[in-house]
This record gives sequence, structure tokens and C-alpha cells, in this order.
Amino acid sequence: MPNIRLKNINNFICHDIDLNIRDKEFLVLWGATGTGKTTLLNIIAGLVEYEGSVLFDGIPVDKFPVYKRKVGYLFQSLVLFPHLNVRTNIAYGLRVQGKPESEVELRVNELLKLMGIKHLAGRFPKDLSGGEKQRVALARATAPSSEIMLLDEPLNSLDLHTAGYLRTEIHRLHRKLSVTTVYVTHCFEEAFTLADRVAVLNNGRIVRIGCPEDILKEINCRAIAEDGFYDCRQGNKNSAAQIKLKDGGVLCHLGGDR
Amino acid sequence: MKKIKAVYSLVPVLVFLLIWEIVVRLELVPGHFFFPPFSVVIQEFYHLTANGVLIDHFLSSLLRVLIGLSAGSIAGIVVGILMGYEEKIHKVAHPIFSLFYPIPALGWLPILMLWFGIGEILPIMIVFVCSFFPVLYNTVTGIKGINKNFVKAARSLGASEWKVLTTIVIPLALPNIFTGLRLEAGMAWRVIIAAEMVAIPTGIGALLMKAESLLRVDIIIVCLIVLAVMCLTFERFFLYIEHKLTHKWRQNAQY
Repeated sequence: MPNIRLKNINNFICHDIDLNIRDKEFLVLWGATGTGKTTLLNIIAGLVEYEGSVLFDGIPVDKFPVYKRKVGYLFQSLVLFPHLNVRTNIAYGLRVQGKPESEVELRVNELLKLMGIKHLAGRFPKDLSGGEKQRVALARATAPSSEIMLLDEPLNSLDLHTAGYLRTEIHRLHRKLSVTTVYVTHCFEEAFTLADRVAVLNNGRIVRIGCPEDILKEINCRAIAEDGFYDCRQGNKNSAAQIKLKDGGVLCHLGGDR
Repeated sequence: MKKIKAVYSLVPVLVFLLIWEIVVRLELVPGHFFFPPFSVVIQEFYHLTANGVLIDHFLSSLLRVLIGLSAGSIAGIVVGILMGYEEKIHKVAHPIFSLFYPIPALGWLPILMLWFGIGEILPIMIVFVCSFFPVLYNTVTGIKGINKNFVKAARSLGASEWKVLTTIVIPLALPNIFTGLRLEAGMAWRVIIAAEMVAIPTGIGALLMKAESLLRVDIIIVCLIVLAVMCLTFERFFLYIEHKLTHKWRQNAQY
């Protein structure tokens, strides 16, 4: 699995990004809405323009078109292809990459089983619930056995129960597939339970990076608790306005109302 | 249930035909000569069909519509896809086509007569022009209206531009493309009649003109009924194909 190196990345949202994502690491990009987390994922995938350099295993991929970067990308809005049923959605990446049909069938069946969605294989996206869509999207992003997985707030629109279940699934999947994963979220709980390392973004810049324990040591935990920050799923209005550091500084602002 | 609905929708038509028959038979409208009863129209329809006149004229019109509509639609879809998918082509072609688009299809008739003469090409060209522009713009609208995230997702899964176009963009634009085809399938019959009435000795339009010169209102009505049925048949045909291709995945597919 490759490591990902971002060297002096700048664009209209992200500024001075220098980041080294290790081989097989689960890195969480954490921050409020509009801080550039998704843009950073798009930069890695090659979906937006940028200055600087992205390297996979030391090889610059800046000139590579998106399809040659071969990253698995789970979009926030999931974007399951509405005209393809679950089976063909999952098989899409394999088929466009010209994999033999026997291999496609094998891999799709494996993923349908792994995600527990075998019974949904013939359904179209319009007939799926939020949680089912999420699992199909995850299976589709995983199918081509990409060496890099980019997950953009995959549990965002789910109820607490389904989100909790899928969080465990994602964790299990990462351990099983051992792919380098970049995971975007504004949710404290997701970030600090899933990550090997957390990169905190604010105003398009990485303001802190480290393992969850180290980041937590710097944060004023009382402030988090008082602000009900753990209840991230109730939406921005109820989540913390800011994460304060023990020295009185502010790590990042979250939520729009306070 | 569908069959029952179809039968119900026929009831008003049958009532209308019955009223027509009664009103004319009872001479409630003046000028029986200019307004024959429905039964006389049907007799004439049978007569024209049996002697082959109606079939000959009908086949001439049908062939022209099929050629013109196919050529115009294919050209409209191809150019529409290019314009919808490639912004550079859209920027160049749109100002030109938007100048021609508002011109009614029959407005082209005089210049096409001069360019192609009076012959088989003329009505085909009229149908071509009639179908090209609306199909083109419906295709452009369909392609431009696709959520760009679908394209991004396909690319991120390893699809080349060609694959993105053929497996994502075109299938998702199908509902819009079919709207264009459906509208223009009916319109093609309307304009072909006009072209045949003006310039061509064969076809339903030509038969209409002959009937008018012979004061045969019954034949005129036969031609109008054929025209109405063909407009409806073509529109329903494309609606059916669209339904077959898209109803499984569309949220509010109707048929």
C-alpha cells in the first residue's frame, strides 16, 4: 500500500498543506464545515486543481488523470449511479478497468456478503434506505481494490444506531483490507475512535496533527463536555462552537451558531 | 387495470363519434356535403385502403418521416452530446444554433425548395430540420443537467472519459433525449403533411390537396384521421421505449 505525500499544496481553499500519510494508515481529517477537508480529499483524488505536488509512494501523480490515480472514493452524497442496480454499481469500477467478468462476479459477491447486502443485489438506489445506500457506496468504493481509500463523511446523514454499526464496519474493513485511508469528518466521536492519526483543519490549514491521545491531551476536555460536543449527531447547532486548548488557545471552530 | 383504463379513455372518443354521426344524420348542421357522417368517412377509408391509394400515399409519407426523423434525431443526439459534454464545443456551436433554432421548420421550405428542388429530398430535409434542433437542445439540457458528482464518482472508480460518457452521462440523459424524440416524432408528421401539400405529388399531404380540389371532404377527414393516429402512434412508441429503458431506476417514471 502506498504512502501519500502532499507537498506545499495550495488552492482556493487549502493553504500550505504539507502532509505525509503513512502506508496503511487511517488518517482522519477533522474540522468544521467549510474548513477544506473535502477539498483536500479532492486534491488527493485529482478532482480539483491545485498548486504543489501529490506523491504516491514517492511518485508525483499531479499529471495523472483521475482514473489513473486509482483511489477508492466514497463521496459524502454517496452518488450511487441511479440507473444501475446494487450489483452493477459495485461492479462498475471493476468493469471500467477491464477486469474479466469471472473476477468481477467473484469480487462483487464477496463484497455483497462482506457488507451484508446480498439480498439487495437486484435493487436500484431509489429503493434503498440511507444505511443501505451507505453500505453499497462503501462496497463500490472498495471493489476495485484501490490502494488508497478516501471517505468523505460517510456516516453523515445516518441515524445514531446505523452510524455506530457502520463505524465498526469501516474499522473492521480497514483492518481486513489494510488500505491507506483518509477519512473526513466533523464528528468528534468518529474522528477519535477510528483514527490512527487525526489532522485538525481550520480555515484550509492543518493546525494540529497527531495520534488521538496526543490531540486530546491538548484539548480542554471540560470545554468539550460543557458544550455537549460528544453529541455530534444532533447537528451543528447543538455541537461545540470551538475546541479550546488547555493553554487557552483555540484549536478549531465547529458549528455555525455559537 | 391498465387495460380497463385504456378502455375508459376510449369511451369519450366513441361518444364523440356517435354524436358526430347523429348530428349529421339528423341534419342539425347545415351543408351535409361539407360535413359527412362518420360512417361515410369509414366507408371511404375502407374504399381507399382496398384500392391501395391510401396505402401508397401513406407509405410515401411514412418513409420520408422515418428517414428524416432518424437522420435528424441521430444528428441532434450526436451534436447534443458533444455540446453538452464539451464546454468548448458548446461555446462555439450554441450561438450559431440558437440563431437557427427559433425558425419554424416550415420557414425553411422556400430555401430548401431552391436548394434541393421539388423531389424526395425536400420533405425529408424538412423533417430533418424539424427534428434536429429540438432533439439537440433536449440532449444538451439532459447532459448538462446531470449531477457532476456522478461523473466525478465514475472517474474516481477508474472510468476513462469515453466510459464516463457511454456508461454514465448518456444513460442518465436518456429521459431528456426521449422527451425531445417524443415531441418531434409527432411534429415530424405535422410538417411532412405541410411539405407534401405545397410541393410533392405523393404522400398524405398530397392526397389531402387532391381531395380538396375534388371537394371530397370525406377523403380529407380520412387523411386527417390517419395523420392524428400516426402522430399519436409515434409519440406513444417513443414513450414506450423510454419507459422500457428507464422506468426501473427513475424515481417518478410515468407511462
